[in-house]
Amino acid sequence: MNTTQGITTSGDFAEIKERLGIGADKVYGVIGAFSEPDELVKAGRKIKEMGYTKLDAMTPFAVHGIDDALGIPYSKIGWIVISIGLCGTATALLLIWWVGAINYPLVIGGKPLFDFTFSIPVTFELTVLFSAFAAVLGMLGLNGLPRLYHPSLRYSHSHRATDDRFLLVIEADDPKFDALQSVEHLKSVGAAAVEVVEG
Amino acid sequence: MSLISIKSKTGPKYWRSLDHLADTPEFREWVHREFPVSASEMLDGKSRRTVLKLMAASFGLAGLTACRRPVEHILPNVAGIEDYIPGAQYYYSTAMPLGGQVTGLLIETHDGRPTKVEGNPGHPSSLGAATAIQQASVLGIYDPDRSSKVLEGGKESSFPKFEAAVKALSLADGSGLRFLSGLVMSPSLSALRAQALAKFPKAKWVEYEPVARDNETAGTTLAFGQPLYPHAQYDKAKVVVALDSDFLGLDSTAPLPTKLFSKRRRVHAEEDVDKINRLYAVESQFSLTGANADHRLRLRGSEIPQFAADLATGLGALPGTLVVVGNGSGDKRTKFLGAMIKDLKSAGTEALVVAGARQPASVHALAYLINQSLGSLGTTITFTKPPAEKVDPNALSGLEAFRALAAEMSSGQVSTLVILGGNPAYTSPADLQFAVALSKVTNSIHLGLEDDETAAAAKWHVPEAHYLESWGDTRARSGVAAIQQPMIDPLYGGRTAAEMVALLIDAKDKKAYDIVKNYWLNQWPGAGKDAAAVKEKTWRESLNAGVIASTKTVENIKASVDAKKVAAAVAAEPKPVAAGVEVGFYPSAAAWDGRFANNGWMQEAPDPITKLTWGNAAMISPATARAQNLTDGDIVTLSRGNVKLEAAVMIQPGHADNAASIALGYGRERCGPVGQDVGFNAYLIRTSDAYWFGQGFTIAPTGKTHKHATTQEHGTIGDQGVNAEHQNGRPVVREATLEEYKKHPKFAEEAQEVPALESIYPQVIYDKGYQWGMSIDLTSCTGCNACVVACQSENNIPVVGKDQVMRGREMHWIRMDRYYTGAEDDPTIVEQPVPCMQCENAPCENVCPVAATTHSPEGLNDMAYNRCVGTRYCLNNCPFKVRHFNFLNFHKHDPDVAGLVHNPDVSVRMRGVMEKCTYCVQRIEEARINAKVDGRRAIKDGEIKTACQQTCPADAIVFGNINDPASRVSALKKQERNYAMLAELDIRPRTTYLAKLRNPNPELQA
Amino acid sequence: MSVVVEQDPALLVVNPRLVPGGQDYHDVTNKISGIIEGEVFKTPMKYWITLSVTGGILVLLGAMLTYLVATGIGVWGNNRPIGWAWDITNFVFWIGIGHAGTLISAILFLFRQKWRTSINRSAEAMTLFAVACAGIFPLFHTGRPWRAYWLFPIWNSDLNLWQNFRSPLIWDVFAVSTYGTVSALFWFTGLIPDLATIRDRATTKVRQWVFGVLALGWRGSARHWRNYEAAYLILAGISTPLVLSVHTIVSFDFAVSVIPGWHTTIFPPYFVAGAIFSGFACVMTLLVIARWSLNLHDLITIKHLENMCKIMLVTGSIVGYAYGTEFFIAWYSGNGYERFTFLNRAFGPYYWAYWTMISCNVLIPQLFWFKRMRTSIPVMFVISITTNIGMWFERFVIIVTSLHRDFLPSSWGYFRPTWVDMCTFTGTIGLFLTLFLLFARFLPMIAMSEVKGVVADEKHKFKGQELVAR
Repeated sequence: MNTTQGITTSGDFAEIKERLGIGADKVYGVIGAFSEPDELVKAGRKIKEMGYTKLDAMTPFAVHGIDDALGIPYSKIGWIVISIGLCGTATALLLIWWVGAINYPLVIGGKPLFDFTFSIPVTFELTVLFSAFAAVLGMLGLNGLPRLYHPSLRYSHSHRATDDRFLLVIEADDPKFDALQSVEHLKSVGAAAVEVVEG
Repeated sequence: MSLISIKSKTGPKYWRSLDHLADTPEFREWVHREFPVSASEMLDGKSRRTVLKLMAASFGLAGLTACRRPVEHILPNVAGIEDYIPGAQYYYSTAMPLGGQVTGLLIETHDGRPTKVEGNPGHPSSLGAATAIQQASVLGIYDPDRSSKVLEGGKESSFPKFEAAVKALSLADGSGLRFLSGLVMSPSLSALRAQALAKFPKAKWVEYEPVARDNETAGTTLAFGQPLYPHAQYDKAKVVVALDSDFLGLDSTAPLPTKLFSKRRRVHAEEDVDKINRLYAVESQFSLTGANADHRLRLRGSEIPQFAADLATGLGALPGTLVVVGNGSGDKRTKFLGAMIKDLKSAGTEALVVAGARQPASVHALAYLINQSLGSLGTTITFTKPPAEKVDPNALSGLEAFRALAAEMSSGQVSTLVILGGNPAYTSPADLQFAVALSKVTNSIHLGLEDDETAAAAKWHVPEAHYLESWGDTRARSGVAAIQQPMIDPLYGGRTAAEMVALLIDAKDKKAYDIVKNYWLNQWPGAGKDAAAVKEKTWRESLNAGVIASTKTVENIKASVDAKKVAAAVAAEPKPVAAGVEVGFYPSAAAWDGRFANNGWMQEAPDPITKLTWGNAAMISPATARAQNLTDGDIVTLSRGNVKLEAAVMIQPGHADNAASIALGYGRERCGPVGQDVGFNAYLIRTSDAYWFGQGFTIAPTGKTHKHATTQEHGTIGDQGVNAEHQNGRPVVREATLEEYKKHPKFAEEAQEVPALESIYPQVIYDKGYQWGMSIDLTSCTGCNACVVACQSENNIPVVGKDQVMRGREMHWIRMDRYYTGAEDDPTIVEQPVPCMQCENAPCENVCPVAATTHSPEGLNDMAYNRCVGTRYCLNNCPFKVRHFNFLNFHKHDPDVAGLVHNPDVSVRMRGVMEKCTYCVQRIEEARINAKVDGRRAIKDGEIKTACQQTCPADAIVFGNINDPASRVSALKKQERNYAMLAELDIRPRTTYLAKLRNPNPELQA
Repeated sequence: MSVVVEQDPALLVVNPRLVPGGQDYHDVTNKISGIIEGEVFKTPMKYWITLSVTGGILVLLGAMLTYLVATGIGVWGNNRPIGWAWDITNFVFWIGIGHAGTLISAILFLFRQKWRTSINRSAEAMTLFAVACAGIFPLFHTGRPWRAYWLFPIWNSDLNLWQNFRSPLIWDVFAVSTYGTVSALFWFTGLIPDLATIRDRATTKVRQWVFGVLALGWRGSARHWRNYEAAYLILAGISTPLVLSVHTIVSFDFAVSVIPGWHTTIFPPYFVAGAIFSGFACVMTLLVIARWSLNLHDLITIKHLENMCKIMLVTGSIVGYAYGTEFFIAWYSGNGYERFTFLNRAFGPYYWAYWTMISCNVLIPQLFWFKRMRTSIPVMFVISITTNIGMWFERFVIIVTSLHRDFLPSSWGYFRPTWVDMCTFTGTIGLFLTLFLLFARFLPMIAMSEVKGVVADEKHKFKGQELVAR
């Protein structure tokens, strides 16, 4: 922990920065902590009103209302799932048709080589299977997970974000971002343990 | 063939390992251990697995010998084929004698090893059919438990040593010399006998078999004053009365009677309706004949003479008027008798009364007398003189001669006894103490297939050659002679009876081939320089045809019955005693007199009536069971005088009350592991005075119980009236009387209660090329089991053993279902052969996840064994349960010797796969190939015969192309009686049935 | 503020709190993570003893399967006509149990049933383990398990044959494998935030690494939560019909056949109800044990358990209704084979199995009409056990009694299990318990992030309540 002109910054990440090749001069943003979700939401709204656009929060559970407060857009996951799911449907039908009617046509029990009736179960299952993978992998993809490291982890209390603290983040690439001011802004909306976090 | 290398290299090694293995204690322990309660692949103690363990020991022997071909030239039945095609099957003719009858056979051989038995169409007592026992006899040749060594006092010896010992015998005039053989059916052996008795004038030759037809011949002697062979012409009879005669079953070892009888049991055209015959059966044990009878009366064996007498009296054949026996006119016996008499009278010359081999001479004589009085003597029953060799005064045959011999032996008058085949120490009546008597003989020589009870008691034992590996000749009762050809050199170096005699009397010809051939060459006339050539030609023709043309059937004799003598004899018959239980003996349908006890196929072939496998039981009627308060499997002591036997009872609906019947041939003490200690030895209570029926037995429960291995759920009576032995109102077997049939010709279709389901899919149309189908006529089918064993032989179906049968895992692709109908005490039986129905909309196919069973364009329900993963879903979904699963590796210990019997055209299935009837697809393909070879012609109707169809003595099974309206099978499927089982499921079976017709006497219908 | 609540019992009545006892976020984290973070050697002895017992049974399973594969299906009691017996009975039994997990998670999630949060994690885990047990049987009941891969649509070079998509068994393969996979995804997705929590609390290098990898770098960013919640909602949405489809398809194994007693259209709903019934019973058994052994009284409340009792009462009654309908239709159809089959079930050689089923599944659960019974831990524990027994017998009755006497009386038979049958089934119970014990010890048994969410909402509510109170 070192102090420059009264601003607390988190440090001691020299060697990590080495490894990850992150410029020492780069700043990730300013992070402040709250102890209750509703406080976070209120604060978030205020900060947004100040005109910040690049905001984020880190919470132990999904805090309702925070998305609107910080203006986080709707998830696109639904579109991914439905398209991949339909691929599953197609795969199943094509498989059953090609296998039974084209590649190896055999009369079995006097039934047609291909028919929708007996294709339904497998088709349904494959649709579901594809959709499920789409949902999970899509979610991870959109979230850029898995990842080994993230600058926000440099925040001294980042580990509380998965326990009992609710962190508000003003990111450095916000046009309105200014380390000094932003710190003050966060403090002003009641955030505790505000730190400028290096990128 | 790789076996050759075995011969050269590993063969000798295995000789050693055989001895080694045979002595290890663990191994002995294994053979004798009880089944563990739990499941394990060794669980079937005395079963195939154990057998094969033993077989494994001796496959070196097989290696030594399997592919040796006889040096002498045997000729294929198919005329003209001289050049040999490896892998192709060839048929050679031979003949199998059993119980005083001979059946001509064709043996299918592959690369010099016999694999399958079929009837010889050219032989008068086969006409192309073969019985279950004949089908199974091919397994006997590869039986590794067959005797393979000359034994002296139980110790291993050798042929040279034996021959030296024989030379050393001082027989002088033969006063101490006795021969004991089975019934001699061989002319050349008879000739040798004559020579032998000429050389040793004081010697005697006794013929004895525990199951013979002595009473029949004695009957003719009594009736006609001379021994004659009766020939019942069942195809000429309209009304047949069987007095304790099981001519469709155990009374005939040849398929002929069934062949003839079924001719009148086939309604395929209008005129047949009037031709159909009517069968009355009077018997104690439920026999196949009883099962096929239109009317059956259950009487104790000892009551039948009186019944015959009453019948004769009623018909006026015997003097006096019929005194009604029994309690008044309501009594079934009386009604039966009355109706029968009327019926016989009206049938007149078309009537036929036959007596069973178990009935005394007088009853046979009575039967002839009745036929005479009906005028049917000479039409429905004809007589021939026995061939010269059989009336040979030197031939002492039958029980009396045997008793005399035993007496001589025990009194020490016999110094040398030559036992030519058979196992008298086991099969002789208990009171004769044969084994004891045998021990008094200084030089006892036993020629036998097995190292059995007799071999153990005799001084010398010489392995006998199996009939399929020996030269010989036979003469059927009709007089037609046939040459026995060896299919393979004796596997274990056995000798034939003729060779033994030749050796003993130091005859000119010592080898069976020379003995037989020279005998016949001398029989045939021939003069001039080309005589030899002509004879040679005749010889070749005889081998080809399987019968010797020159031995035409002896012509019929006109003879008349001496009524007085018969009446006297009848009067002399002992009256049945009321006290105690009557015990009747009958040959086992599987083990016969015990000689097939080590044959796995026979042991596992369910008894046609009781469905009992792997054992016998004391059959008693439900009433008797109630009276003695016994249930299935209770072990009782049957005792009389100083003989007694512990045997398990089995409740046999329809058995005569106050009587028990037990099959002979079980409870072998010294036998291969298949037959060892299986069942109960009835010979222990069979005495010469209670030979077929014993009066005054006591039956006492022991408190012990025994588990019967039946293939049909047994003894479930009382389970809410639901009973697996009845059809429970289900239209499975559909039957009607002739009258009903005339009224409702479509009764079979009408029997289907549930409306047929309809598919949501369009029906696949099978109208191209061949479309295979099968029709089974339940009217002519007698349920004899021949098809079951034929299928087992053709399709390499494994034997699973007693324990697995009890677990319901038997593998027969075609099974014989038996249902009782009517009262438990006196039911009727229907038999139904059930192969795979080859459904067009097969439920089994739909559910197979890996498409291992699919439909062929020719309508076959194909099963790809090597695709099957064994989910058993198809078995569950098969409404007929004709699919069979390899729960264990039933071939695990298969050594080469077991493999030798396999049909190379059929794959042997591994553990974990499903198998089922294929309509003998290998035969279909063979026909297809032949058709191609003959210039791409179409396959002719009847060209393909499935194994079951080929052997069926009743010609009940017809297979063919249903796409060809001209084919026989299509014609049959057009019959009004044609029906498909469970058609309501919309499964469209390709196998359909012709509903059963019975022809009961309207008078007895009430 | 929790004090306020304690003082005002009226509030408890008006709005009984699902997570009582002044739980705060950190307490939740501590309580649940504590179980995992405790020194392995400090884990109570009873845990290790139990684990070694179940592990022993698991070894038995291995032995039985080895013997089976080496010898053949013949070591079981299956025969002709009874091609399926305990093997498929156990399969359907386990699959049935596997239903509650995903169902509780998915359906209750969709219906926003907050009480779900304390049980869904272990329920989902139970699903996975039950499916694992179930999977053993379709695989090993085949005559040639080493060929079982032929059941999957893989081009096999051995014989270029494909699967038969008309066969319910193939539908089964797809349904069960899909269900297993999706349940696993669902379960893991739910775990991610909690794994992150444990990662961040990690004090040992090992835990840091293991949970670091498992958490996939989750940091609880609002953007992540956005996608996460959307994805989770979708998973729940597709899992719900999936759950219903799986047992429907399992029931097709029977309904699509021709065998009387199998060939019936009532099976899909009837099987699904039965599955939920048995599933809830099994969850209850496990929760009662967990609650008692890990002192989770605050997190798994009587209210949770009572709700489950209610569901068991409903599903149990549905199953009972199905039994009745079956019987009625058998009679009403006028089909002799059907009639016989059902009479034979009730009064035939297997009557004992049938009446065990009726009493365990239909009669005993009726006790849950009484609140005293619904809220008595011992009672519900016993009933949950009898229900599982009853549901096993239901499958046995359906499979064996239908097969042992079908169309042709000539091929009727009787099934007797062998010791191998019994040990194999026992073995799967061992597998199930072992997996569950390991899960309970090494993974967060309760969804912390979700519980915290509930805590937060409660706090809101009670802020409101206080105002009203003042």
